[in-house]
Amino acid sequence: MATTNGAVENGQSDGKQPALPRPIRNLEVKFTKIFINNDWHESKSGKKFATYNPSTLEKICEVEEGDKPDVDKAVEAAQAAFQRGSPWRQLDALRRGQLLHQLADLVERDRAILATLETMDTGKPFLHAFFVDLEGCIKTFRYFAGWADKIQGRTIPTDNNVVCFTRHEPIGVCGAITPWNFPLLMLAWKLAPALCCGNTVVLKPAEQTPLTALYLGSLIKEVGFPPGVVNIVPGFGPTVGAAISAHPQINKIAFTGSTEVGKLVKEAASRSNLKRVTLELGGKNPCIVCADADLDLAVECAHQGVFFNQGQCCTAASRVFVEEQVYGEFVRRSVEYAKKRPVGDPFDAKTEQGPQIDQKQFDKILELIESGKKEGAKLECGGSAMEDRGLFIKPTVFSDVTDNMRIAKEEIFGPVQPILKFKNLEEVIKRANSTDYGLTAAVFTKNLDKALKLASALESGTVWVNCYNAFYAQAPFGGFKMSGNGRELGEYALAEYTEVKTVTIKLDDKNP
Amino acid sequence: MSQPEVPAPLANLKIQYTKIFINNEWHDSVSGKKFPVINPATEEVICHVEEGDKADVDKAVKAARQAFQIGSPWRTMDASERGRLLFKLADLMERDRLLLATLEAINGGKVFASSYLFDLGGCIKALKYCAGWADKVHGQTIPSDGDIFTYTRREPIGVCGQIIPWNFPLLMFIWKIGPALSCGNTVIVKPAEQTPLTALYMASLIKEAGFPPGVVNIVPGYGPTAGAAISSHMDIDKVAFTGSTQVGKLIKEAAGKSNLKRVTLELGGKSPCIVFADADLDTAIEFAHNGVFYHQGQCCVAASRLFVEESIYDEFVRRSVERAKKYVLGNPLNTGINQGPQIDKEQHEKILDLIESGKKEGAKLECGGGRWGNKGYFVQPTVFSNVTDDMRIAKEEIFGPVQQIMKFKSLDDVIKRANNTSYGLAAGVFTKDVDKAITVSSALQAGVVWVNCYMMLSPQCPFGGFKMSGNGRELGEHGIYEYTELKTVAMKISQKNS
Repeated sequence: MATTNGAVENGQSDGKQPALPRPIRNLEVKFTKIFINNDWHESKSGKKFATYNPSTLEKICEVEEGDKPDVDKAVEAAQAAFQRGSPWRQLDALRRGQLLHQLADLVERDRAILATLETMDTGKPFLHAFFVDLEGCIKTFRYFAGWADKIQGRTIPTDNNVVCFTRHEPIGVCGAITPWNFPLLMLAWKLAPALCCGNTVVLKPAEQTPLTALYLGSLIKEVGFPPGVVNIVPGFGPTVGAAISAHPQINKIAFTGSTEVGKLVKEAASRSNLKRVTLELGGKNPCIVCADADLDLAVECAHQGVFFNQGQCCTAASRVFVEEQVYGEFVRRSVEYAKKRPVGDPFDAKTEQGPQIDQKQFDKILELIESGKKEGAKLECGGSAMEDRGLFIKPTVFSDVTDNMRIAKEEIFGPVQPILKFKNLEEVIKRANSTDYGLTAAVFTKNLDKALKLASALESGTVWVNCYNAFYAQAPFGGFKMSGNGRELGEYALAEYTEVKTVTIKLDDKNP
Repeated sequence: MSQPEVPAPLANLKIQYTKIFINNEWHDSVSGKKFPVINPATEEVICHVEEGDKADVDKAVKAARQAFQIGSPWRTMDASERGRLLFKLADLMERDRLLLATLEAINGGKVFASSYLFDLGGCIKALKYCAGWADKVHGQTIPSDGDIFTYTRREPIGVCGQIIPWNFPLLMFIWKIGPALSCGNTVIVKPAEQTPLTALYMASLIKEAGFPPGVVNIVPGYGPTAGAAISSHMDIDKVAFTGSTQVGKLIKEAAGKSNLKRVTLELGGKSPCIVFADADLDTAIEFAHNGVFYHQGQCCVAASRLFVEESIYDEFVRRSVERAKKYVLGNPLNTGINQGPQIDKEQHEKILDLIESGKKEGAKLECGGGRWGNKGYFVQPTVFSNVTDDMRIAKEEIFGPVQQIMKFKSLDDVIKRANNTSYGLAAGVFTKDVDKAITVSSALQAGVVWVNCYMMLSPQCPFGGFKMSGNGRELGEHGIYEYTELKTVAMKISQKNS
């Protein structure tokens, strides 16, 4: 009997490979305005800004450009939606979860549209947008949908004749500033826990990539979130971003982006109203390959780890430390991989690497590549732009890299793999940790003790053993040191989106 | 608050599923025997169902054990995927809500509107709640002594036997399989012999949702045969039972005698409702009334000892009697009916016997007091006042539409009297005073205490009994953990650092 899930026999797959999803041709961009109170608004100033397709360098469309007055309007709406007695505050927690679940259903329904938009706006390969960004987005919404009615305070056995309990309340109006490398996914990572815990939100998507956020606004309205619960103000960092960071009526801000800007956000938050701050910043992530590793696995993981998403990942494996004995072989195989990495049109199913996001990033990456050559690293392949025009860069591998070179110290955010040599474990631990960053680390070894030792010694928020970029909605993610403050995903994210209230009731008569 | 829309029950409902469900397939009983399923409103046979016994339970256990093997589809499935299957099952229940509500009303004698709104509504919510937990059942990493890396895993227990009662057949089915499947166990369910039909329909939805074969198996049959086979099976790792305290004791005994399988029990109650003079009287009367009359009094949490403070006693009795007279008895599928039959002859006779004892032992019969009609197991809604603690109706679980109203003077006294029972399932407290509310709720020996309300159940809250009303809790975070077995893993490492 055929079942609705496509299985032929109970719980067994029918063995057929599903067809590859296709992008939507001639996609019309419908949502380009500011989203407040479930309505679309023009900017107060009347200004608009353009968003570009980085593979064709053509303008996709114009989007309303928000500024402080628009942020003020959004905050007003978010505050009203958060008032005691409002529909959102009175909703059963289970129902909040159901709304998030339905949002996941709609994202799934419009998956191809969103993946197409994301590819147009970021230049990432369409299949990556579909299978990584959209998959992560759907799973994140579903995961947090499940938490909504499980956010529990405690009853606490204190001293004295009192009854003491805690409530884990929503914080209030949360500001979120999201980056251009995984626009929709980074948005979901913030929106899902924020809404799950009962907050209201004012979001600013990156100016390079506002489109999927605005489309999501239409889905939020369609699902039936009450007006004012989610508000989206596209615009620039120094205007909209700064207005959010410094707003006296925003109770919390979550930012993903560069460490440099993260510091400005935290500073503004402190100066204004001490709003709670979570930050997901940059990284210069060590990838340690021991001699006893499965070398094929290590090479492939390290390769994808640094080149995925055109190198534009905060988790990029941008310092590959290889144990002396296997160094030569590792370099040789890595170069082979890099040389055959298909670079081209992100809508082509064969493409693994698209263009960099914009001219500024492109120039910075090429500059760092030049520094690598100047400072004496050995250029194994790549090392320049793909063609005269466009933002495409050849997959580049440097070997014989030393710790003092700029390419070993600065975040490149491009398709450049620096490979370094190490002799022993104690040495590589010290070297891996001598950076102000601390986002992720990876370890390749078959030895149990080495794996556990390195996992515990590395100063990173995530340590991957024999894998890379293994992200799960269930597992917390965030940085040590200057790679960030706080954690996203997992149960841990809930702590970042709730405010704990302790209630103590004095009794006349004690009953233990 | 306006009543939400309730559609008409499904006309001409055909019973499709009457066999034993093992490995996602339908089986005849090994013995060849079948048993009749009765409609309690008409006393007519609805259909016959395959009668499972030890041999069928053995078959089911084999299938469940196989599905639980390391490396099986169920054991290797992502936890989030288990959650997704449970969500899918909830969606299918939503799709077939009318059919399930109608079937439950016919087989269980439930008023159709309640079946549609509360039984089905409760099922869907509970399933979604449990689905959300699947990938959130955490162990911990622990700073133990020595150069050791220590962590715990919350693993599924294994093959769980689940014995379901007849008062809320579908809801109790979901309360059992929801947490069990969320944590990755496999199950063998024995629905009550009076009410197997909705469980068997669920089997078809479980198969449709895509649960691997052997994960859920259903063996209808009787307690002394199929039920006993489950409780004493050497290859079942846990038994969960909802039903009478008397049978609960037999199950725990059998579990101990066989293989020390883990046991959770949800048993009977003689739950007190305490109404103070400062209570909102309207609220108290209505909640206390529904607390004992809901579903013809067939609730383990029935508020069957109502303690009312002296100064408001007469008024309270008068208005409760008025309220009890508002019932229209009849076939639970018909519009306008708000009280159905009791489940079967045995219950019917027991209730009538207890009503007689009330009369004989000197309680004042305010209304009702006997059978209704001459077909179907109906009992008139009955109120007794001037009930004293030593009467049978104040001590024994009636499980029928019979309300006992008693008088009290002092707070300390009523707490003592309320606790003076070996039961301890639920309790209600009605007062506006914050100190009284907290003091009394702390003092009552009951697993669930309702303040200024009654029977407000929500899957986020753990539910279960003190004393002989049960062992363990269902639902809430706690209920989920009852379906896990904790494993500590300690790995030697060369050097520990904090």
